[in-house]
Amino acid sequence: MTLGVVMLCHAALDRAAQLARHWASHGCPVVIHVDARAPMDQFEGLQSALADLPDIRFSRRSPCEWGTFGIVQATIDASTQMLAQFPQVSHVLLASGSCLPIRPVRALQAHLAQHPDTDFIESVTTADVGWTVGGLDEERFTLRFPFAWKRQRRLFDGYVALQRALRFRRRLPPGLVPHLGSQWWCLTRATLQAILSHPDRPALDRYFRRVWIPDESYFQSLVRQVSTRIESRSLTLSKFDYQGRPHVFYDDHLHLLRQTDAFLARKIWPKADLLYRTFLTLDGDRALAPEPNPGKINRLFAKAVERRVKGRPGLYMQSRFPTRARGGNQAAAPYGVFSGFVELFDDFQPWLARALDARVHGHLFAFDRAEFAGGESVFKGGLSDSPTLRDYNPRSFLTNLIWNTRGETQCFQFGPADEQAIASFMAGDPNAMIFVITGAFAVPLWRSGRSAAEVRAEAARLQKVESDFIALLNRPDARAGIRIWSLAEFVENPAEPLEQLVDLLNPRATHRVTDLPSLTPLQGFGAFLQDLRNQGMAPVLMGDFPADADLAQPHQAPSRPRIVR
Amino acid sequence: MGLLTLIRLRARRRYLLARAWRRGRQLTPVADRTAGLRGQPILLFSTMRNERIRLPYFLTYYRRLGIDHFLIVDNGSDDGTREYLAEQPDVSLWTTQHGYKQSRFGMDWLMHLLRRHGHGRWCLTVDVDEFLVYPFCETRPLRALTDWLDSAETPSFSAMMLDMYPKGAMHDQPYREGQNPFEIAQYFDSGNYVISRNPLYRNLWIQGGPRARLFFTDCPKRAPAMNKTPLVKWHRSYAYVSSTHMLLPRALNLTYDDQGGERPSGVLLHAKFLDTFAAKAAEELARGQHYAESHEYRAYREGIARERDLWCTWSEKYVNWRQLEVLGLMSKGNWA
Repeated sequence: MTLGVVMLCHAALDRAAQLARHWASHGCPVVIHVDARAPMDQFEGLQSALADLPDIRFSRRSPCEWGTFGIVQATIDASTQMLAQFPQVSHVLLASGSCLPIRPVRALQAHLAQHPDTDFIESVTTADVGWTVGGLDEERFTLRFPFAWKRQRRLFDGYVALQRALRFRRRLPPGLVPHLGSQWWCLTRATLQAILSHPDRPALDRYFRRVWIPDESYFQSLVRQVSTRIESRSLTLSKFDYQGRPHVFYDDHLHLLRQTDAFLARKIWPKADLLYRTFLTLDGDRALAPEPNPGKINRLFAKAVERRVKGRPGLYMQSRFPTRARGGNQAAAPYGVFSGFVELFDDFQPWLARALDARVHGHLFAFDRAEFAGGESVFKGGLSDSPTLRDYNPRSFLTNLIWNTRGETQCFQFGPADEQAIASFMAGDPNAMIFVITGAFAVPLWRSGRSAAEVRAEAARLQKVESDFIALLNRPDARAGIRIWSLAEFVENPAEPLEQLVDLLNPRATHRVTDLPSLTPLQGFGAFLQDLRNQGMAPVLMGDFPADADLAQPHQAPSRPRIVR
Repeated sequence: MGLLTLIRLRARRRYLLARAWRRGRQLTPVADRTAGLRGQPILLFSTMRNERIRLPYFLTYYRRLGIDHFLIVDNGSDDGTREYLAEQPDVSLWTTQHGYKQSRFGMDWLMHLLRRHGHGRWCLTVDVDEFLVYPFCETRPLRALTDWLDSAETPSFSAMMLDMYPKGAMHDQPYREGQNPFEIAQYFDSGNYVISRNPLYRNLWIQGGPRARLFFTDCPKRAPAMNKTPLVKWHRSYAYVSSTHMLLPRALNLTYDDQGGERPSGVLLHAKFLDTFAAKAAEELARGQHYAESHEYRAYREGIARERDLWCTWSEKYVNWRQLEVLGLMSKGNWA
């Protein structure tokens, strides 16, 4: 069993020289193809660096532009030369100048010796590939691609659009079933010979010259016609990002590369000295990798793609600033907004903090300052309680607060007396849970002891602001979780709504809440409302509050504590 | 976005380039070693005045990241800055006595140098108190980042400024030459940055940090901008509009994703708040050569007289870039 290596190189030829020497020193003949576009002096440098090794040959140089047939032509030329000049070669591995053998060459040779008739080449029908980028998979074969994607992008795109408009379709050569797969394969001599001496080669080559990225389909399709045993996976680990560019490996990937089950990896950053130093030592003094765990590296790159495509929801920063439609109206975690509760329950905040195991702030958007929990003047992340800083960009203030406190549910009070600029953001935020007792703003007015005549204007103003807020919440595009009770409705039976909101905000509550906050006695409130009416205002948000106020004091002080779960 | 806007922006860019060309004549070369640059060096551009004490660490830090050559404009230093820089083998130095303010705070001079020496190369434009941190900066040199940006066809990389400050008064821990300034200024504000999008230039406008928290509570709009795009694969037609906050053509400002994803970004650790700051503030105030008629400096001086400690209970202590990424101040994007 002798493994021959065909190497395609275009840059970083010093690394290519190192690699070729490594292969040759393990008894593998090498045929190197250097892109004709690489400078002549570099090529000559490579030749002279390897002049002492007789089993390293150079094939005819031709230009290899990405996505074109040039790469296939180079592979064909070098493979032909390999088979002709090294009759002992039984397997041919296609590698690039940045493919690093990450397991000992000896192990690869042993693996191939165990599978003498198997072709290791990823080969998947176009219908089954999910990884092509740009929506071109089947069309790679049915349209013509005379233009280079990298240099002539406009012509490329325009010509694709034109062919689609004209419903142009190429006819496939008879017997050809298009398959796609990684460019990097390892074929047996018999298979490679059969492909290279295929009776229809001239016609096939003519066809593939106008296929897009033929290096991912030429051998992958033809192998299906000639091979007896295909193992459809590449021996080369090669990961692509969401735009179809190969991920690059650096020195800090060393421990991950040691754990893969692949024999080679690409692409290696040419200046990753540690990787080259580690993997290009002679087999003898190389410890074999521990248990392979290829899942680790897959997860790393899958996470990178996810971060690039989806990002961290609710994070707004210098390189993530989504539009409203793409998650730009969203905080990082669910949070509770309470309107009208502190007005009704004197001990609502401590009670809520206990019941939810959450951080409960006061009126974060109060006019005079942001009332952080515990009366702090600066909160997590360095948020200031200054109202001017907050109102300068209330949206950033709120999203920052929720982002800074990930892992801890935040709740705050909100009401018509507060700065309202944040309201529309909250209404549209799927992470907001908004609970409103409409008309509760009147309770402090009533308790202030001032006469209805004095507070009339203020009450009318607050009612107007709250109506606008309710209207916002009732809009069809509101995405927040919203519960609204009128004051009358709420005091009728306060336990049920309180249970509801605890359930909603803390569905996995570990400890049970056995008490309820104490409701402010409302005797005389109905009469106050009637006074407001008599002053010419129409208090509507409170609901149907009987003027005879005694009725408005419901089942307070139950004989036993209610269980809120 | 009408044709008119495009014409206006183009005119603006032309104007900036012309300015840079004119102001470029104010520069006198002290040590021009640019002729020896080969291949694709990564260049650093900076303008400074009387920063001798900071230089050794600054140069060491950026040499270690993989800066191949420093191109520096000295604006009339008299503390040995010029002499020190002229001796460095990887520094090219120009000097001028002309006004810093009249040169758009040094940008005209730097743009002149960028145009002459930066074309087709990766250029990092920073102040002497700004230290670039990017994903994997402990294990991968700057070249790894620029190679990756090249392969992704991304010409610009954003690194927002992060104000670092000590715990306690600034003069309590004097800065020694050669010392890592972040041994003293260890703390930063992790989550009080406000962002809005500039519709004309399409960049993000970021403000916040301790300066906004303490000195700009009455006029947040005037708080300093923290967004920066310091690393650019320069083209002679590019222009920095306002410091390194934004660029023209404005496509270079699209260093963020607006579809929900994260693009890679870094942070410029800002070592301004050391014991050297008070003297600097006094000097700059006297010269009246700083941004917005030294409003910033005035605010600091008054603020510092009142409240000298920028530290608060929620200040975060700096560990490394991974911490900044977890906090959401920067991102690895799809660079893994």
